[in-house]
Amino acid sequence: MTWDASLLWQFDFLILLMVIICAVAALTFKDLITSAVVFGAYSFLMCLLWTEMLAVDVAFTEAAVGAGVSTVFFLGTALHIKRRAKD
Amino acid sequence: MNEILTAIIAKYNYWSFLILLLIGLHAMISKNNLVKKVIGMSIFQSAIILFYVSIGYKKGATIPITEHGHGHANEVVHQTAAEMVAGFANPLPHVLMLTAIVVGVGTLGVALALVQKIHRVYGTIEEDEILEKIKE
Repeated sequence: MTWDASLLWQFDFLILLMVIICAVAALTFKDLITSAVVFGAYSFLMCLLWTEMLAVDVAFTEAAVGAGVSTVFFLGTALHIKRRAKD
Repeated sequence: MNEILTAIIAKYNYWSFLILLLIGLHAMISKNNLVKKVIGMSIFQSAIILFYVSIGYKKGATIPITEHGHGHANEVVHQTAAEMVAGFANPLPHVLMLTAIVVGVGTLGVALALVQKIHRVYGTIEEDEILEKIKE
């Protein structure tokens, strides 16, 4: 029933790298809607990371709440206010 | 030297936790747009959750769900409790972080509602423009 976790470190490394890239990208884009969608991708990658780190309960809460509800909140705000950010 | 390098690389989870924490903190302090500040806050929160989940991780362990849980109470278990526990990831940090995620989305909702209210009153969400309008 147990699997060899030592085989998974490349996968782990790749996801962590993509998470950091997504975090920087979400803060760099000047368009707030692009920012919100990239932040949704960030949350989804976090969810993958937690599945792989054996925290399945955290993973599906993150998938529902982080990648789902947060993205909707950000999109709703971005549609109400001026889309372009200065930085 | 080589041993130090191996020790540094082996803890890559904690290094990326540190990088994400600093990215979030930097965004919260130095970004001009309020929505970007809120995104920074969210990144900061998930970095801390990453730290706690990393604490609960064990190499070679499986997800914390017992195989002989429901309806198998009369089966003979050949393991002691300590041996059984060694095969599972520690679920305590997971449960604590479950609460943290829900609190986090609550904070996010309130923060974005405040941003929308600020935009309705001042007509902008750039920090410098808001400060100028307050001074007027």
